[in-house]
Parts: sequence; structure tokens; C-alpha cells
Amino acid sequence: MAHNNPWPDEGNTGHIWDEDLRELDNPPPLWWMLSFYAGFIMIVFYTLYYPTIPLPNSYTKGVAGWTAIEEYHEDYNILKDWREKKFSGQEEQLAALSVEEILQNDELKTYAVKTSKVLFGDYCAACHGSGGQGNPNFPVLADDDWLWGGKVSQIKTTITNGRQGNMPARGMMGNLSDEEISQVTDYVIALSEGRADDAAVAAGKGVFAKGMCVACHGPAGKPLAPAGAANLTDGIWRFSGDRDEIIKTITNGVNVKKNGETTANTRVAIMPSFKDRLPNADVNIKRLAVYVHSLGGGQ
Amino acid sequence: MSKDQKSNSSTGPVKSMLDDLDTSNKNLQHIGVEYLNVHTEGTVHAKRMPGTFRTLKWWAASVWLFFFVGPYIQWDNRQAIWFDLEGRQFHIFGITVLPQDVWVLAMILLFYALLLAATTAIAGRMWCGYGCFQTVWMDVFTWIEEKVEGLPNKRVKLDKEPISFKKFRIKLPKWIAWGLIGFLTGFTFVAYFDPAIDLWARLFTFDWTSTESTIILSLAAATVFFAGFLREQTCIGFCPYARIQGAMIDTESVVPTYDYDRGEPRGRLKRAVEGDATSELGDCIDCNLCVAVCPTGVDIRKGQQFGCITCGLCIDACDSIMEKIKKPKGLIRYASLAEFAGKPFVPFYKRPRVITYTSIMAFALAAIIYGISTMSPIDVKVLHERAPLFVAMSDGSIQNKYVVKIVNKSDKQLDAEIKVRGPEGLVFIVDEVIHVEPGNVGTATLLVRIPKKILTKQNTTVKIDVQDIHNPAVKETYSSMFIGPRIR
Repeated sequence: MAHNNPWPDEGNTGHIWDEDLRELDNPPPLWWMLSFYAGFIMIVFYTLYYPTIPLPNSYTKGVAGWTAIEEYHEDYNILKDWREKKFSGQEEQLAALSVEEILQNDELKTYAVKTSKVLFGDYCAACHGSGGQGNPNFPVLADDDWLWGGKVSQIKTTITNGRQGNMPARGMMGNLSDEEISQVTDYVIALSEGRADDAAVAAGKGVFAKGMCVACHGPAGKPLAPAGAANLTDGIWRFSGDRDEIIKTITNGVNVKKNGETTANTRVAIMPSFKDRLPNADVNIKRLAVYVHSLGGGQ
Repeated sequence: MSKDQKSNSSTGPVKSMLDDLDTSNKNLQHIGVEYLNVHTEGTVHAKRMPGTFRTLKWWAASVWLFFFVGPYIQWDNRQAIWFDLEGRQFHIFGITVLPQDVWVLAMILLFYALLLAATTAIAGRMWCGYGCFQTVWMDVFTWIEEKVEGLPNKRVKLDKEPISFKKFRIKLPKWIAWGLIGFLTGFTFVAYFDPAIDLWARLFTFDWTSTESTIILSLAAATVFFAGFLREQTCIGFCPYARIQGAMIDTESVVPTYDYDRGEPRGRLKRAVEGDATSELGDCIDCNLCVAVCPTGVDIRKGQQFGCITCGLCIDACDSIMEKIKKPKGLIRYASLAEFAGKPFVPFYKRPRVITYTSIMAFALAAIIYGISTMSPIDVKVLHERAPLFVAMSDGSIQNKYVVKIVNKSDKQLDAEIKVRGPEGLVFIVDEVIHVEPGNVGTATLLVRIPKKILTKQNTTVKIDVQDIHNPAVKETYSSMFIGPRIR
């Protein structure tokens, strides 16, 4: 190439295309070269300062021992300290006041509700749904039908100690026949639809008395006090409102045990105690009680 | 591929299509590209002389004094014009604009963008010549330069001198003055975001935040750099407006123009002798004063060009000469190309371009007026709870849960009352009064119950009214949806 370079003196590299297109060898501008050298020096310092070179089983640690995760932890702790400091007043109040008092205090109530979302998601939502909407065979928390009472103190007790209701299979005495169960099922459905006095379900009404259902569910299908028995007069079902499912519930009962073993087809309905499960349980249970109370059905 | 080319390639090496052309004379000028008329001999030191347009320019420039005064005007115990970024609200006298209403700002921008286009279509770069901060600051800076260093020829000479203590001493006052103006500019800009008086106070206690210091000092540096050093190069090389103005003016735009027919052939004025040939010369005596006064260093006699910011100073200069040589004024004057072509003058309000621009401006203006007049002091948003969408209650009704967010855009405390309208039998439960501090958002949980048997559709519209109990005129209605079970 260079041997027939028609422009020998202009400082081209000798690379010539299309007869006259050639690459010149001009130096880059000074500022460009200076930043290049500065960048190169930076790389040296960078390499020394930060973890850089991978080794077979390790890597160079850098002179300052910096790591990204450590920096993250430091920043996180700053945030944590800031939060603890900023909300220490509210946290102290949550610890000092009773749930009823917290509910009375608008600001504190809002604080409790807002700080409960994650807690509820972690500990409650698996069964009760992310918004308290319930799941099949797990109670809805957003409605006003409470098995164990919808006052905030009752909710707190429920969370603290857990709950476990019992319903014997085949009536209190365990002596209802399939025929009778079918009749009482019709009656219970009629109860929920407000047709309890229909002649068609008179037989079931008799069974309701005979099976001593009244003992827990109340004479009119409505428990006298919230003690785990379902209110049968409303349209809300603890398990399912389908006829077959109601028959299943009556036939097998709820949490029925024989010789210490849970029977095969019985409904299992256990709310565990959270006083040992939650971190900082004293405050967090209050917080959650207020939250559940605010979901839409608190009394 | 044609037969010719095929045979051509088979007989020898492929020929370039340029091979048969003589390209030795193909430099830029020969192929018809004109070099742009840009002043390249160092800083333009323009001569300053009085005249109509000079006066007009000062008046136009003095409008910028409001920029410096603006932050000190008070209103309701706060700065009248205050773009409070931290509080996310913009105060403009009595009006408080929250980010929700920022579309109004977009309309204001649209209005001014079109105003720029319309004025350019009518009379060229009026903004550049009289209004632009670059022009105005540069004008003030060169005025200071003249006071400190003397007339243009003296300054040119001084610039050529080698660096010396004497040169430094002469230039120092200018730099101090420029620096002060630059600092004030940066300071005032920031003062629209952080209240001015507080900013002054914190200057003397060295209590500026790093953001404030950085912005103020870099704006100060940029002001001195652009208005003091870069000067007309900003208008020529930096500002995109120089390039797009060609698309914005047309032959009917009135811009400073040299009357070629009257002026040419130009030549030195000789004492008139009867019957002499001087009468063949045009009115231009080639005194070059129009070039000497031009702040961007262009020669207007070459016609409208991208370096011209249409400031009219050449008109002042030429008129003063015409007066001296007892010729009619207006050898350089605001005129359109159509006028020189002898076309009838079309009033600007009949030109389609201007009509289009002004109708868009009218739209933007209407939108601004609508936006400001209907700007409610409260803003209501209602979020429907999604999990669960609805809950069956023990009394046979369906319950929906909403979160009502009330933004208080006024500067007084808001005590809001929430009411819900919907089908007969609707019951709602909500806090009696929601207190919202000025500029804050209040949140309320709203429960709405409708008996199941009343619901005829899965979705029922409900209206949520929010009203200030102290001032019933402050009211917003939000239309939301009540969701029930599927109706079979």
C-alpha cells in the first residue's frame, strides 16, 4: 500500500480505499487525551480500592474492604433508625393504650391500620385472604358476622389465644339419622332465607329441637352470645351454603375428635394462637386487632 | 442489470462514475454552497448609538426587571410567586396550583410557543431582538464593558495586547460587575423556588443546601459565560431558533431589510457636481456603520440571514447617516420581501399562517382560563377496595368498601363531610367530619351497604359528594361503582 501512496506527506496511515479515501493519522485533541489518561489512572485506583479481580476461590477484597451488601445494610439501618425515631411516639402509645383507646384515637388508629398491612399479609392473609375476604372454609373478616364477637377487644382475644369451635356430628347426642339430617338441612336453609315458619320445613324444625342444636345456635337459629356457634339466620355460611355441604357439616361436625384423633370427614376450623408466633406480639396483636376491626365489619 | 454495464464490467475494472468528471474545481463554493456569513474575527465589539430601536430595546429589556423584583412581592404572608417543589404546590398570587393541575402549565407553554411562532411570522425574530434573556443580558454586559473599557476600537486594541497587570486592572471592574449580575441572576432564579428573603438570610449564615449552592453558582457561571464570553455565538451556533426561523418566516414577514434597488450600486459619497456621474450611485455610501453596530456582526446588506436577530440597530445606524446626507430614511427598514417584489401588502390578520397560529393560541388561552376558573380547592379521589370487591352482610345487604382521598388545595383547613347518593335503601358509614390541613391529603374509609334485593345489576353507580361544612360552595362529586354479586 504505502509503496504507491500518492499522498506521502500528509500523514495518512497508508490505508486508502476507492482510490482517494484515506485514513489520516491525526492525534486526538489534547483534552481528549488528558481525560483518557485521567480515566486510566482512575482505573488503577478503582482496582485497588474496590473488590475487582476474581481468584479461583475468592476475589481481591480491595483496600477498604467495601462490599455492596454491607453498604446496603448500613443504609437500611439508617432507614430503620430513622423510622424507629420518627414513630417511637406512636409505638409507645400503641404499647401503653388498650385497643379500645387506640380505636378512639383517629391518628393512632390510622397509624395502626397503615402499619398492619404487611403484618396481615405475612401472618393472616394465607387463610383469610389479602383483604380479609376469606377463602373457602376460612372466615371472611370484612363482614359483620362474627363467631367469637366483633368488638375490638374480642378480636384481640381471638388473635392472642386462638379459637377452636366444636360442633358434634349428627346433633348434640350424635343420634340424627340421614333422613333427619336432610330435614334439618332444609330447615337451616329456610332459616337463612327468613322462611323458618314454612310448613314445608316443619319436620326439620322438630329435628332442630331434637338434635339440641338450640343449645349453641339459639332457639331461633341465632346464638345468644358469640361463642363460636354460627348465626344460622343470615345468608353468611361459615363453611358452604350448598345443601350437600351443609349435610356434610351436620353429619361430620366440626373439629370432632375420637380418642384424641380428628375424625376423617369432620370440618377442621382452628384459629391458632398468635401470641408466640408474632414478633413483638404485645403491640402487633393490638395493631392487627384494630386492622381487622377496620376491615369493614367491626362492632 | 443492463447489457451495457455487463459488458463494461467484463472488459475491465469497474469505473467510478466520477472518473470522467473533472473534480478539481469542486470545492464548496463552486458547487453552489455559500459559506455562512458568520463573524469569525474574534469577539464582536459593536458600536452603540442612540435611535428609535435602541430606545425600544431598553424598554423591552426593562421588562426583565420584574424577574428580579418578582421574588420580593408578598401575598398572604408568603412569597407571591413561589414554586414550592418540596410542598409540591405552585403559588402564583392567590392561585395555588397542585401537580394535579399541571396540565394548565402545558397550555401556558403551548400558548407561548405559538406566540413565538406568530410573532416570527409577522415580524421575524422579535423575541431574539428585544425579549430574549441572551440578547438582553448581552446588551447589558456590553454596555458595562463599554463603560469600563471604552469604545469598540479601544476594546479591540486592548484584546490584542498581551496579558499584563495593566490589562488585568482595566478588565477587573468589568468582571466583578458581570459576576455580580450573574450571581443575582442565579440567585433570583432559585428564589422563585426557595423564598428569597429566607435565601438571603441563609446566604449570610452560609446555610444554603448543596443543591441551592450548585444551581445558583452554576447559573451565575453560565450567565457570565454566555452573556459575557460566548455572546452572539450563542444566537448563531447554540440556539436552535436561528435555524428554525427560516421555516417560520415567509416572504410576507416584515424584517429589517436593506433596500437593494435603492442602495445599489453603493459607493463613497462625493461632493455633488452638476452633471457628474455620482447620480448613478445608489443611496448606500458604503459607510459600514450598519455592520459596526450589529451585535451579531452580520452585514444586513447581504439580505436576511440566520445571524440576524432582527434587533433593528442597523436601522438606527443607517437612518442617522441618511439624515446626515439628506436622503430619505429607510434604506434599511422593516419590510417584507413581498413589498420589494411589488406585491400588494397583505395585512397580517389575513395571512393563513398567522390565523392558524392565533387560533391555536386562542384554544390554549381558553383552556388556561377554563383550567384556572374551574380549579377546585379540593380534589376527590375514591378508590374501591379490590379484595374483597364486596362482602355479604348478616342483614342481607351487600357492603362495598372505599377509600376516599381528599386533597385540600386551599390554604385553609378543610372540614369535609362525605355523603353518598345511590339507590333507595343505601346506607353508608363514614367518619362524620374529615379534617384536612392545607396542602394535605385526608383519607377516609367509606362503607356503603345496599340491600341485595334492590340490586338489579352487578354494577350500580353511586355518587360520592364531598363538601366543606364551613363553606358549602366547596364541593366535589365523585362518581364511583358499587359492585355486587352477579345477578342470575
